Order: sequence, then structure tokens, then C-alpha cells
Amino acid sequence: MSILIDKNTRVMTQGITGKTGQFHTRMSREYANGRNCYVAGVNPKKAGEDFEGIPIFATAKEAKEKTGANVSVIYVPPPFAAAAIDEAVEAGLDLVICITEGIPVRDMIQTKYKMIGKKTLLIGPNCPGLITPEEIKIGIMPGHIHKKGPIGVVSRSGTLTYEAVGQLMELGLGQSSCVGIGGDPVNGLKHIDVMKMFNDDPATEAVIMVGEIGGSDEEDCARWIKANMKKPVVGFIAGLTAPPGKRMGHAGAIISGGKGTAQEKLAVMEECGIKVTRNPGEMGKTLQSVLKK
Amino acid sequence: MKIHEYQGKELFRKYGVVTPRGTPCFSVDEAVEAARGLGGKVWVVKAQIHAGGRGKGGGVKVAKSLEEVRARATEILGMQLVTHQTGPQGQKVRRLLVEEGADIKQELYIGMVVDRGTQRVALMGSSEGGMDIEEVAAHTPEKIHKVFIDPGKGLTDAQAEDMAGKIGVAAPLVPQARDLLKSLYKCFEDTDASLAEINPLITTGDGRVIALDAKLNFDDNALFRHPDIVAMRDLDEEDPAEVEASKYDLNYIQLDGNIGCLVNGAGLAMGTMDIIKVYGGSPANFLDVGGGATTEKVTEAFKIMLKSPGLKAILVNIFGGIMKCDVIAAACVEAARQVKLSVPLVCRLEGTNVELGKKILADSGLPIISANNMSDAAQKVVAAAAGKK
Repeated sequence: MSILIDKNTRVMTQGITGKTGQFHTRMSREYANGRNCYVAGVNPKKAGEDFEGIPIFATAKEAKEKTGANVSVIYVPPPFAAAAIDEAVEAGLDLVICITEGIPVRDMIQTKYKMIGKKTLLIGPNCPGLITPEEIKIGIMPGHIHKKGPIGVVSRSGTLTYEAVGQLMELGLGQSSCVGIGGDPVNGLKHIDVMKMFNDDPATEAVIMVGEIGGSDEEDCARWIKANMKKPVVGFIAGLTAPPGKRMGHAGAIISGGKGTAQEKLAVMEECGIKVTRNPGEMGKTLQSVLKK
Repeated sequence: MKIHEYQGKELFRKYGVVTPRGTPCFSVDEAVEAARGLGGKVWVVKAQIHAGGRGKGGGVKVAKSLEEVRARATEILGMQLVTHQTGPQGQKVRRLLVEEGADIKQELYIGMVVDRGTQRVALMGSSEGGMDIEEVAAHTPEKIHKVFIDPGKGLTDAQAEDMAGKIGVAAPLVPQARDLLKSLYKCFEDTDASLAEINPLITTGDGRVIALDAKLNFDDNALFRHPDIVAMRDLDEEDPAEVEASKYDLNYIQLDGNIGCLVNGAGLAMGTMDIIKVYGGSPANFLDVGGGATTEKVTEAFKIMLKSPGLKAILVNIFGGIMKCDVIAAACVEAARQVKLSVPLVCRLEGTNVELGKKILADSGLPIISANNMSDAAQKVVAAAAGKK
């Protein structure tokens, strides 16, 4: 088991003909069951053509109807990416993963508004994607650093997720699924949504949650964990040393009006029974310590 | 991106948000001319810097004659204005705004931001205008009113009127305040603003509702569709190192420590700063080189970091997923040679082709200290910065 995606997932790539879309579709297709999973591409101007054998369709709807694809990954450039999400939602896909970085917030507000009442789930934008090791990878993370196992990983950051996975692997701990939810302020699934899924997933025994400064998503998740979570959770929040008012790379990573500090988030997480570390070099060890109980 | 108050007011007026009449000035003579042109008997001379808290810092002065305008403009123009947002060194004042005086009856607060929780634009208002709103929020949060704007409907008449009433606008002035708030929302939406603040929004003795201040920040991701706003950028107001870095697509923020950090990914870059602190060091900067650490980017990053006063060591922390470690190692070696690196360099590489990368560092003949993981790297760079081998 895993969450959100597995070897039976069928994926279309929106933006398959761009440089990034091509590169990562190729890499993802070479990973585990990717050959069977990646079934379609979308580009209205190149409909009828193919990308290395993957058929290209004019619309997400058509790609779904012709191939049975139920998930989309988006590499469309920022000015058009929100419209690509809208298209995937309209096509009634189960899940959309938007990798694109730099989408205007106003576009995402409108897109999220249009998603109200629709069944499609969104991950991202500005995220590395997600992976169920040894089954399927959707996104830009390096597949080879992962292996199958009992740990769930959820994070707002890309390379910090790889760092967490790298530390788990040094300790011989594989992962059930790793989900990068992205660094934008207006986005799809939050920590809490992914945490609920890990709680319900029999293959997941413990979870690492990696957060960063800005917003209150980690606090919301921590409170839910305290009331509901049946599995141990450990956490790290990046940005203890970040100065207020400065945007630390991600559009969402900013301490503003005295809110969203790492200290505050870590304090709430600890209150809620999450074992936290203030040392990003010890995420793996911290997780291991809760398993040994 | 941030703009000046006078630029914000120009945008406000374009959308129908009422402001005082005023003229931006770059010299004392221009300021006097501007006051003469505006007419009247009372003027306000306002320092134009991006930081807030200008009034408290002595950057906003009232003048009751043209001679006083000249005197106040002379004082303010060129001063190092220190506010709670500038840091102790302050910010040099290069531009002024000369405005007609206003007969202030009430000082209110209005703000607009994107609210992450609801994923909508929030309109905030308070009767406690003219002061530090963060203090109000911290001590008397009940005095801050919030309403969330439906992206389909926009700010409704009812919402705008309700807010006006809650912050103490008298009934006869509510329609004016409503129209001003609706215009503000239109401005916020159309310009892809990330923050709009009017502090204070005033009511006057003669029954008008006016935006006495204007603060607008914009979503950097949306600037591609606003060349007119990009043209308002004032590089004098930005950190020179950050401006230089942005030319090379490097995401750089200057801090006050002595250990330079070069990292791929924003989260890992913050984590690297944090771990340096854990081991007793202090980061000199935040730097995310993004997905492609080319020789050119690494070289420029080194150059920028080396300009940082008191730099004692550099830590390169790369988790190469798609990026290959050997490519990054080669870039680091080449960059170190080009800039004749004068401080210790600690490199921690992980991911694809890591062994090859480490070999390139070792074979370079340069005194690059190789580290095996984040903790090791942080300890080594902190020791190097302290002058210990």
C-alpha cells in the first residue's frame, strides 16, 4: 500500500513537449513501473504526434478518455499553468500534480475557487511531486535515493525532502510514499491532508513532516495529529534563523506580522506530541528514535 | 516587489482611491516649487523610502510656509532615515513627496493581503490607524476586523459598508468609504498586489475619506504581466548584493553572520543556515542557486558572498538529485580558481555521482574541505570560520 499513487496509476503529462516536461517524463518513465504508468501527453498544438511513443492529445479530457489516465503532472510554464490545472480539474481527473514554479498567486486563488465541489485533488504548485518507491515516481525527485519501506514523508520543500530521505536511507529505512506539497502560499493538499492519508495507510508506520516558516499549516496539522493520529510523527521546521519580513526563496516562506516563525511552529508541534528536532542533520535519527519504542 | 508611497498613490488614483494631492520631488528646489504649485497654507514633506515607520524616524514633517517647506525638505532629503524596518544603519532618503495638508478627524487602518488559511484575499480594518498595526494586532486583536473576499464575487457593497462601520466611519461617510474600499480591491486584483496598506485612512473635518498613505507590494511571480509596475522599481532601495544576485537568477538574502552558504533549494538553504547556528556559527546569507548550479552561477555566487563584510568561510551544500555532483564539484573548483578564493571552502555533496564529485574536489589541489553529511559540514565550516583546522 501507499498513498495517492501506486503502480496502477496512469499518468498524463501536461506540457510534455517542453524541455522540462520531456526530461522529467523520460526520467519518471524509466523509474520502476513508469513504462506502464505514463500513458499520455497533452499539447493542443501537437495532438496526434507522440513523445518517444507516448501519444499526445489536444486536451486533458481527451487524454483521459482515450488512455484511462487518472492523474496528471504539469510542467506548463507559469503564465499558463493555472489554466492547465483548471483543464485537468474539468476533465475530472483524480489527482493533479503541478510542478511549475512561479505561478501568480491571483491565478491560484481563482483556480482553487473553481476547484470547490470538484473531486480532483491538487498537489503543488512549486513542488517536487510525489513518489511511491519501487512503484511509481511523478515529479522531479531523484528516484534512486528511495526504497520501499514503512516511513511516510511530507514536506513543503524539495531538496530538504531528499535530505530527509537520504538520512532515512543511511539508517536503512525505506518509505511508503514521499509527498512534496510545495512552497507556495495558495496550493493544493496541505500537511494535514497528507497526514490523514498516512494515518489510514497500513503500509505507513511513522511519518516525518518537514515544514518551513510562513503560514500556519504545520500548526493545523499538529493539532489534528494530537487528536487523531495513531502513528508516531517527527518534525523539522526550516527557517529558525530566518529574519522577519524576508521571503526565503519560496513565496510562502516569510515571517510576516510576527506570525509563522519556526519557533512558534516547533512549540505547537511539541505540545501536540510530535518529536521535533532543531537540527536538520538529525531528521532520520529522530524518526528512528520513535520507532524503537 | 515594493514601490514608493507616491507611486502607490499614483496607482490608487488611477483606480479611484482618493488621496491628497501631491508631487514627488528629487531636490529641495523641486519641493518648494511643488508646494507653491499645490497652493494652500499647509504642506507635508514626506521621505520616500520603502521601509515603514517613517514618521517616528523623523521622515515626515508638516510645513506652514514655503520657507518651512524648504527647511524641512533640506533636513529630510539626503538624511539616513532610521526606522524599525531599516536596521540601525538606516536608509538614505533620495526622494520626497510634498502633499497638501489634511484636516484629520479620524485615523483608521486598512490592509489587504492574501490569506493562506482561506486561500482568499483578506480585507483588514481597524479604528486604530496611524500607529504600528502589529502592536495593535498583538495587544488588542479584537480591534482588527477581517473579511474574506469571495474570488467569484469580489468585495461586495455589504462587506465594504460593514467594514467601514466597524472601524468607526460615521454613517454619512460610509458610501465614500465603501467606494474607496472597492476601488482598493480592484487595484489589488488588477496589479497582482501581494499587500496593500493604507495607514492611516482618514476622515476629514469637511467630510471626506482619504488614503493618507499608500503601501503596495506586488507578487514577483506576476510581474511579467505588469511592465508599468516593473518600471517603478527603485534599485537604490534594495540591498546591492541582492540586486547583483538577481541578475544571475540567484535567490540571495544578505544576513549578518560570517559563514557564506551556497545551497540548492529554498528549504535546504534555510536548513543549512539553521544547522550552522546549531553548531555555534552564524550564516552570512541565504542563497538558493536553484536547479542548475553552473560554473557561471557558482562563480558569481562566490563573488557576491566574498563582498560580504567579515566573511570567514563558505559552505556549499548541494543535494544533487537531477543535478550531478561531479558537475557541481567541477563548477566549485573552477569558481574557486576564478575568484582566487581567500577563505576556507567546505563542500558537502550528496546524490548522483557523489564519489566522482568528491574525487574532483580532492584532485583539484585546492584546499577544499570535503564533508560527508550536513552535520559534518556544519561542524567543519564553523570550525574553519573560527580559524580552527
